[in-house]
Amino acid sequence: MTGSAWKRFTETFFNTKVMLTYLPDILSGVVVTIELALLIVVTGIAAGLALALLRSLAIRPINWLIIFIVDMFRSLPPLVVIVLIYFGLPSVNISPSGFVSTWLSLAFVLMAFSEEIFWAGITSVAKGQWEAARSTGLSFGQTLVNVVLPQAFRLTIPPLTNRTIAITKGTALGTVVAVTEILGQASSAMSNSYNPSPLMMGAAAYLVLFLPVVVAARFIETRFAWKR
Amino acid sequence: MTAPIVDARGVHKHFGALHVLKGVDLRVAERELVFVIGPSGSGKSTLLRCLNRLEEPSAGSIVVDGIDMLDPRTDINHARQRIGMVFQSFNLYPHMTALGNVTLALRKVAGKSRAKADSLAQAALERVGLGDRAGHTPGQLSGGQQQRVAIARAIALEPRVMLFDEPTSALDPELVGSVLEVMRSLRESGMTMIVVSHEMGFARNAADRVVFMDEGAIVEEGPPAKIFENPAHERTRAFIGQIQRH
Repeated sequence: MTGSAWKRFTETFFNTKVMLTYLPDILSGVVVTIELALLIVVTGIAAGLALALLRSLAIRPINWLIIFIVDMFRSLPPLVVIVLIYFGLPSVNISPSGFVSTWLSLAFVLMAFSEEIFWAGITSVAKGQWEAARSTGLSFGQTLVNVVLPQAFRLTIPPLTNRTIAITKGTALGTVVAVTEILGQASSAMSNSYNPSPLMMGAAAYLVLFLPVVVAARFIETRFAWKR
Repeated sequence: MTAPIVDARGVHKHFGALHVLKGVDLRVAERELVFVIGPSGSGKSTLLRCLNRLEEPSAGSIVVDGIDMLDPRTDINHARQRIGMVFQSFNLYPHMTALGNVTLALRKVAGKSRAKADSLAQAALERVGLGDRAGHTPGQLSGGQQQRVAIARAIALEPRVMLFDEPTSALDPELVGSVLEVMRSLRESGMTMIVVSHEMGFARNAADRVVFMDEGAIVEEGPPAKIFENPAHERTRAFIGQIQRH
C-alpha cells in the first residue's frame, strides 16, 4: 500500500477531526444504550421468571396462554415487534416514544426466552427433590424457593447469559425508531460529516460495552458448570 | 393391639387405567416395625407414598397419629412433620451441606431459630454417625453416608412414624450395613417404622411383622419366622423362594 492510499484510508475511517467532533454524541449514545440495556435486562428477566413461576402452578388455561405468548415473541423478529409497537400503537391513541418502544419490545422478547430457560431449569430438577422436601412438611412455595429454584438457577445461568447478551445487543435496532443510542448517534454523525469514522467509533463503543460482558459470561459458564 | 398409630383402611389407588392398590388395610401399632415385601409393581411403594399423601389415594381412609390424612381440612404440611420418609435415591438437596439438608425443615416448618436448628441437626447427624460430616455436600459423601443424612433429615423433626422406601436398594453392597445399623438403632429407640425393602436378613432380625403384597393387595402377613419359613400362600412361597435363591 502506498503512503497516499494509507492516508486516504485513515482519513476515511479514522478521521481524528471528525472523531473528536462527534465524540460527545457517541458518548451520549453510550449512555442511552446502557440505560436501555439495563431496563431490558431487569424487566425482561423479572417478567420471564414471574411467568415461569406462574407456569409451575400448573393451571392449564394459564399455561396455554403463557406458552402462546412466549412462542409468539420467540417467533417474531425483534425489529417487527419494535415497529409494531412504535407505528402500530398510535392508531389506538397510545404513542410510546422510540425509547419506550424499543425497551418494551426487547423486554418482551427477553421475557419469552428467559421464561423458557427458567422453565427448563425448574423442570430439570428431579421429582425426588420435590418429594423429599414436601415429605418434611415444606409447602409448595417453600420447596420452590429453597430447594428447586437454587438448583434451577445454576442450570439456567449459562444459557440465560448468552440469550441476554444477544437480545441486549438488539438495542441497536432502536435506531429505526429514532432512539439516540450508539448506532443512531453514529449514523446521524456520518450523514452530517460525510465520513464513516463515527461508525467506527460506534462499533468500538459496542465492543467496549459488550466484550467485557461476553468475557464475564464465559467465566460464569465455567463457574456454574454443574458439579456432582 | 392398642389404638394403631397408622390406620389405613380400604386404600385404593388408580393411575389412569392401572389399578395399583386394591383396597389395602394396614394397621401399625406404636413402636412396631412392619416390613412390606412383594414383587416389583405389587404396590408396596405406592402404599407407603399414600400414607403421607405424596400420592393421593383414590379411595379409602388413612389416619396417622390421630390425624385424618385425607380430610381436606387437615394441614398436610403440618401432618407430614410427624411422618418421616426416606427414599431409595436419597434425594438430598445437592446445593446444601449435610447440616443444611437437615436444618431446612427445622427452620421453615418447625419454626426453629437458626442456632436451635443447627444444634438439633448436629445432634441428628451424630445419631446417624455423621457428626463430623456436617459441612460436606452430598456430592462429597458416599451413598451410605448420603442415605444416613437423609435419615437424619427425617428424624430431626421428631416424627411419630418413619417410612422407608427401599432405603438400601441404590447402595453398593458394602455400604448397606451402615444404613441398616442406623435403622436398627432407631428401632431400639422405639421408633415406629414401616419399611419397604428386600433386606430379608434385617427383616428376620428386626421386624415385628412382615406384610406380603402382590398385585395391589395384601396376600398375607405375620411374624417374620412364619412368613419366611412357613408361608400360607403359594404366591408368598414362590416370592420368598425367588428372593432367597439369590
